[in-house]
Amino acid sequence: MQTKSLISITDFTKEEYLKIMRLAADFEENPNQNLLQGKVIATLFFEPSTRTRLSFETAINRLGGKIIGFSDSASSSVSKGETLHDTIKMVSNYADLIIMRHPMEGSARYASEVSNIPVINAGDGANQHPSQTLLDMYSIMKTQGSLDNINLFLVGDLKYGRTVHSLLMAMLQFENPIFNFIAPAELAMPNEYKLLLASKGIKYYEHDEFTDIINAADIIYMTRVQKERFIDPVEYEKVKNIYILRNEMLKDTKENMRILHPLPRINEIHTDVDNNPKAYYFTQAKNGVYARMAIIAHLLNLK
Amino acid sequence: MEKQLQVSAIKDGTVIDHIPTKALFKVIKILQLEECSEMITFGNNLDSKAMKTKAIIKIANRFFADEEVNKIALVAPNAKLNTIRDYEVIEKRVVKTPKEIFGIVSCFNPKCITNVENIKTRFEVLSNKPITMKCFHCEKITSESEMTYL
Repeated sequence: MQTKSLISITDFTKEEYLKIMRLAADFEENPNQNLLQGKVIATLFFEPSTRTRLSFETAINRLGGKIIGFSDSASSSVSKGETLHDTIKMVSNYADLIIMRHPMEGSARYASEVSNIPVINAGDGANQHPSQTLLDMYSIMKTQGSLDNINLFLVGDLKYGRTVHSLLMAMLQFENPIFNFIAPAELAMPNEYKLLLASKGIKYYEHDEFTDIINAADIIYMTRVQKERFIDPVEYEKVKNIYILRNEMLKDTKENMRILHPLPRINEIHTDVDNNPKAYYFTQAKNGVYARMAIIAHLLNLK
Repeated sequence: MEKQLQVSAIKDGTVIDHIPTKALFKVIKILQLEECSEMITFGNNLDSKAMKTKAIIKIANRFFADEEVNKIALVAPNAKLNTIRDYEVIEKRVVKTPKEIFGIVSCFNPKCITNVENIKTRFEVLSNKPITMKCFHCEKITSESEMTYL
């Protein structure tokens, strides 16, 4: 297909990342632009995701587009047994762009093969969720002024967390990143990523707790340590409090340091952090609307 | 040297030698030899100096493009192809693992869309020995021990 889709974060080049950053900043400055007037955008959510769907739909509305779609598969023809292939074929005849979330991994890539209009992957199972990464990058860009020379602390579930893997893949395109991985042994960063960093000569460090090292961070990216990921529940009980960020831990951190989290948060960031100016996770979610406006405008060649 | 041919000779065609014994029927399937109407003879559990035992397939009047025969590299990485004309070996080839594999293997990931919808699987080969492949769709990496042949 000639159309450009966004399925994995690695589908975009460094130049495209930077273009998304520029466009997102422009949309933040001037959010109501009628670029999508006369266009129909399909939001196909085969599984519910209120946060992501509302963020995309806000982006579309701010750009003046019309939305068709469904918010879970029970209200779509999937419940009658229609294949993904046929649903995508049909919708790509109606709309100008498809935004899709689906529980099966690889479903978005497949949809982009079937569709003759661009597809944005809004999450395919545990595989990819690239718009999350672009909003994470936009949040880093906004708070640090650059995507170069960032000391990034990734905390929590680094084994299964798709957001940390995608963020790592994107950030290694930029100058001199330093990665600090803070995770229990059961949820450590997979070897393939460490080998990739080593092959590129990029520095990374692994830790099993972060109280003593936190002051070096530019960005602390928190993720949830889920109990169900542990084979032995005793192991979970041992580590569950190590990966909780508390306000008292932040007193000597860098001025520019900001805390990110893809949300939803459970308890890994104590609520006493919320009023600290370094807590950035709610603004980060807001940045998602601008990043998604930028992705849509880019894929439809509107900017 | 074998004093007697273990599988009878062919006048024109292809001999695929050094197939692991366990892979014989997989090779037949991958090359779709069930549908071939030419004379085919095969032998299994034959003596082999290099492999101890091996399988061999002789197909009369069939000649294979590299692209076609490289598909068997997954199951028979050391297979050798002899092209026969008038009882003489006129060309010897070894199979090479292709960079991409289409069909043949299913994705080990039960949550991969290729295991749900009617999709031809596609893998990027990351390494040869041992073979590891990345699913084009779900991006998970399949190792040799996890491979299931379609």
